[in-house]
Amino acid sequence: MTTAPEASSTGVGVSLVDLRRTYGTLNALDGLSLEMAPGEMVVLLGPSGCGKTTALRILAGLDRADAGEVRVGDKEMTHVPANKRDMGMVFQAYSLFPHMTVRDNVAFGLRLRGQDKGKRLKRADDMLELVGLAKFANRFAHQLSGGQQQRVALARALAIEPAVLLLDEPLSALDAKVRVQLRDEIRRVQLDVGTTTLFVTHDQEEALAVADRVGVMNAGRLDQIAPPTELYARPATRFVAEFVGLSNRLAADVSGGGATLLGTRVPLLDGSVESGAGHALVRPEALAVAADGETNARVVSVAFLGPISRVQCRLDDDQIVIAQVASAVAAHLVQDQPVRVDVSADAVLVVPD
Amino acid sequence: MIRESGRFRVVRYVAYVVFGLFFLLPLYSMLDFSTRDVATGARTGKAWAALVQDEVLRASIVTSILLAVLTTVLMLALLVPTMIWVRLRVPQASRLIEFLCLLPLTIPPLVIVVGISNVYAWVSYLFGNSAYTLTFVYVVLVLPYSYRAIDSALSSINVVTLAEAARSLGAGWSTVILRVILPNITSGVTNATFVTVALVLGEYTFTSLLNFPQTMPYVIAAIGKSDAPVSVAAALGSLIFATLLLLLFSLLGRRNRSAKEA
Repeated sequence: MTTAPEASSTGVGVSLVDLRRTYGTLNALDGLSLEMAPGEMVVLLGPSGCGKTTALRILAGLDRADAGEVRVGDKEMTHVPANKRDMGMVFQAYSLFPHMTVRDNVAFGLRLRGQDKGKRLKRADDMLELVGLAKFANRFAHQLSGGQQQRVALARALAIEPAVLLLDEPLSALDAKVRVQLRDEIRRVQLDVGTTTLFVTHDQEEALAVADRVGVMNAGRLDQIAPPTELYARPATRFVAEFVGLSNRLAADVSGGGATLLGTRVPLLDGSVESGAGHALVRPEALAVAADGETNARVVSVAFLGPISRVQCRLDDDQIVIAQVASAVAAHLVQDQPVRVDVSADAVLVVPD
Repeated sequence: MIRESGRFRVVRYVAYVVFGLFFLLPLYSMLDFSTRDVATGARTGKAWAALVQDEVLRASIVTSILLAVLTTVLMLALLVPTMIWVRLRVPQASRLIEFLCLLPLTIPPLVIVVGISNVYAWVSYLFGNSAYTLTFVYVVLVLPYSYRAIDSALSSINVVTLAEAARSLGAGWSTVILRVILPNITSGVTNATFVTVALVLGEYTFTSLLNFPQTMPYVIAAIGKSDAPVSVAAALGSLIFATLLLLLFSLLGRRNRSAKEA
């Protein structure tokens, strides 16, 4: 599951091999392996404490692994210090140097590389242009908003033309609107420059929106790594199904490679129980609600979310499920109305009870 | 709200006046005393002229200023890298460092002198009997104040993230400390420098008990026994010098900031 897709740009490949890291009794990384293709953007997604930031910091050289190997391109990097790794990083906390102007911040890495003043300032201006902040070049960090500071940090990280770009929850300190804008901008810039990028976040919407592949981490390991659509539609484990998106748990009978739930026969996803009773994890959009036909539920509530609505229903066996339907359909539903809930999933993951 | 803020303004001005008098009245008295002829009561500049004419006093002023410079340099060289390093690499040692730095504050100077006199036998053996060897004991003496000033400046920035950002851009540890952290704690370094200069220029206990009669406070005390106006003029002069130094540091800091922000 950790094999990288084919090379797609001028970036370099990255391999993390069987990384292990403990802090006292806490197992932060428990044999993490990950392959990144050149130019690929991989997002590590997971709850707090799952080890995603530890993995990124080990790749950056800011933390050390107890065991395992880090390779960038054809170079073994496991014991190379952070300042020799040629990686650009954007941090969760604002990290612009307060005593420098925006332009000097962006040019700092180039200055350390001995690039002459004219060239480095030109490069800094180009990078600021890329993130849309050219007119702020002479300002200081305290004169910028949070979103602007993170865009400058991105320009600074990219100015040195790093082998790998590392993004450690760079949007988590920003408000919702700026997050979405900057998230799209990060993806645009990453595609422009083609730098191999590892992005760490706990926000699934962010992960699904920008990644080539999303790796879901759980207790120091990768549960699944796959393109966003596959990860969402075909979760490999119960943890992935429950962590990424909403999932209903419906009682299911498994036999002959299929599951029967709410009277409908549905094919099984890999990793499902092979036979007997279990619980199928079904996305809200894979449930249909109809006011006609033989009813098996009653409407509990309807939440209007613009073009779609979330309809909460109580099944005859008293179980609550959430269905996502077009608002035009939901408009005709009222509380306590008898309805028919059906499953329309292509395949489901069935986990043991 | 308007009445409250008006009342607050009055309280503020009264506080300014009271504290202003508290600090300025003694200084005015010193100026008055040092510019008055003890016998006739007439105005005279003799005491102030003696500051530059009296060779022993002049030499002691130079010695004390050099001591202040040496103490400041050694204190900064020891304390700044240590405190930054502790924050970056061994944060668990920060309590120990704080305890060690604040220790001199808890021990009476007399006790320190008694304890340190044995050490100074070795200091004299290794470095001679120069008054400049007082630098070592003065560094210990200023540790608590300097530590506090630098610690509060370090607390106002995110040292770890700034250092990690610089490291990821290719900076070695010396670059991190000198070009990233240090420029952001200049206020703390300035305050620590000022406290050090002020303390060294006024320190008497150690210089007296360790028997270094070449320093300004010692000479002022000695002159004070025979010529009080000169000793008061010297004391006031050192206070003015320290204040001017503080103003100079803060002006330089402000000018740097505004030049950058212009």
